[in-house]
Amino acid sequence: MPKSDKSPSDRQAIGRRPIRWHIAVFLAPAVLIYTAIMIIPLFGTLNLSLFTRADDGSRTFVGLANFATLFGDPRWSQSFWNAAWNNLWFFIIHMLVQNPIGIALAAILSSPRLRFATFYRTAIFLPAILSFVIVGFVWKLILSPLWGVAPTFLDAVGMGEWFAPWLGLERSALTTLALISVWQFVGIPMMLIYAALLSIPDEVLEAAEMDGVTGAAQFWKIKLPLILPTIGIISILTFVGNFNAFDLIYVTQGALAGPNYSTDILGSFLFRTFFGFQLQLGDPHMGATVATVMFFIILAGVSVYLFLIQTRLRRYQF
Amino acid sequence: MTITRLTAGSLAAALLASTALAQDVTLTIESWRNDDIGIWREQIIPAFEAANPGIRLDFQPTAPTQYNSALNSKLDAGTAGDLITCRAFDASLQLFQRGQLADLTDLPSMSSYSDVARSAWSTDDGSQTFCVPLASVIHGFIYNADAFAELGLEVPTTEEEFYAVLDAIQADGSYVPMAMGINDQWEAATMGYANIGVNHWRGEEGRMALIAGETRLTDEQWVEPFRQLARWVPYLGRGFESQSYPDSQNLFTLGRAAIYPSGSWEIAGFREQADFEMGAFAPPLPAGADTCYISDHTDMGMGLNAASPNAEAARVFLDWLGSSEFANLFANAVPGFFPLSSAEFSIDDPLAQEFVSWRDRCESSIRPFHQIVSRGTPNLSNESWNASANVMRGTTTPEEAAAALQEGLASWYAPHQ
Repeated sequence: MPKSDKSPSDRQAIGRRPIRWHIAVFLAPAVLIYTAIMIIPLFGTLNLSLFTRADDGSRTFVGLANFATLFGDPRWSQSFWNAAWNNLWFFIIHMLVQNPIGIALAAILSSPRLRFATFYRTAIFLPAILSFVIVGFVWKLILSPLWGVAPTFLDAVGMGEWFAPWLGLERSALTTLALISVWQFVGIPMMLIYAALLSIPDEVLEAAEMDGVTGAAQFWKIKLPLILPTIGIISILTFVGNFNAFDLIYVTQGALAGPNYSTDILGSFLFRTFFGFQLQLGDPHMGATVATVMFFIILAGVSVYLFLIQTRLRRYQF
Repeated sequence: MTITRLTAGSLAAALLASTALAQDVTLTIESWRNDDIGIWREQIIPAFEAANPGIRLDFQPTAPTQYNSALNSKLDAGTAGDLITCRAFDASLQLFQRGQLADLTDLPSMSSYSDVARSAWSTDDGSQTFCVPLASVIHGFIYNADAFAELGLEVPTTEEEFYAVLDAIQADGSYVPMAMGINDQWEAATMGYANIGVNHWRGEEGRMALIAGETRLTDEQWVEPFRQLARWVPYLGRGFESQSYPDSQNLFTLGRAAIYPSGSWEIAGFREQADFEMGAFAPPLPAGADTCYISDHTDMGMGLNAASPNAEAARVFLDWLGSSEFANLFANAVPGFFPLSSAEFSIDDPLAQEFVSWRDRCESSIRPFHQIVSRGTPNLSNESWNASANVMRGTTTPEEAAAALQEGLASWYAPHQ
């Protein structure tokens, strides 16, 4: 808006500083909706975890006893730590595989010499918009020892004996699932990084070229530092996403997260505890306890990022 | 409604209203069997309504996975239907203890059900029953009769013969001897352990002893079924570790496997899928045993919402469920789900006939971990899925699996402490 448009009365208004109602009015819908569907249920869950239910259906306040059970009882704590470690491994695979591949793909896609870039971009991003149910089912079929294409394909290239029923073996099931999830979501870091790479001004790159920094060196020394904040955001999104994950495990392995709980992550553990499974009746209070612990794990992870990492990341303004 | 009309002062109007009421009682049935909606609306309900003018029925199923939570919310809110299809054991017992299901012990037809049938919907001491037993499923082995004929095999009755048959199929090589996977875990426990185990722990005798704390899961009769499961492994298909339940069903109905350890609930589906002759045999007898036992598992009951305003009409319907008219309708509409009343019924499907014929020559029992012993944490039934799958995967020995189950049970169940 050109400055000359401002009338004297506008300036006067700024001088008097009236109560700016419009801020409250414009914020209200978001605040109300967010409070109603996020904040209140969150505190409801925290509250629920402090109670227990007697056989007659009455609630009693037990303080932190549910947490003591979760961490103190050998069975509960064994299940919980199993789920927590599995979840950490699930996250590590994503960080080690999904994000580097996402960055590499973005770097390749942003190369001006690549042909059919739009096609690749769409094709790679496509799985991310598919439902977990479809992805889980498709991969279960691909890897099926009976009718899957994986055994046939490996046979065709003479590696038939390398095939194993990966989803059914304790040592490989979780990693296989993590890689399926990577396959599905690799498009998201790719798109974010791709956007970040495109936003690097040509002047900066031209200046780099003038100084003789080209090719791979240009990527490592110029582009990568400029996209670090985006990589940070991706890491935290991956962290939150992984520690809330549930769908893929449930779809492929069921609520018992077999084989032998080797694919049990916090989400599936929470589901079994809260809603029950088959003959196991749901226990909303222990379930809320698990959910609360999950909330604090995610809160801790996000805080570490916000206060320790993000503040040290250098941002560049162009 | 009647009261307001009475206060309006017209006796005639009141009479009219009450007759209108009698004609208009509509009972809503809550159920998770949305697969059966056609059967109820087109066969069972018209038959009942024809015999009982004045009572109308409305079958309102919910998706199976949402049924329990949806029903609980509806009961709490007072919007649930008059008739409640009951899950077996604790889920329904809990509703009864909270006063949401009515006591049906004095229903006239209740005496036509056996104790085993009623156990799923009775209080622990068996003194009160709160749902009418509706249907059970029987475990056994379904086999490809064409394949058996082709290979010249006889139906096995003992464990020895059973393994001889499996060896013969294996040696021939044109069929996978047995279609079973452990990916979904429950197959190993339900179609494996509970299916064959009942012969080892001698049905109700062993099950009751377990509940009473007189036997331990580490005793021979509870460990031996695990050993049998481990023996099955070489006869399963390649990659059975990640073979899922639908995979096994397809493997069998496509004619690629000869034997399918399962239960009568498959009959209707298999009739549609398979284009070969099928037969069934009961769990083979262990060496030295002379009485056969079968797992005739109670699956579905029907109860009365304690808050229902139409209790009287609902009781008429519940009583009718014990009649042979209902038994005949139900048994033929859903072959493989067998009525539990002692009323006479005949089934047209030969495969279903074979299953139900075992009731006459074998002792019926139910799955061992369903009543009482799966009430705590860890849940014995769910643990048994995992244990059976681990045994078949070869990561646990039968003895270790049994010891782990026993330890879990003893951690919360007083009779085992």
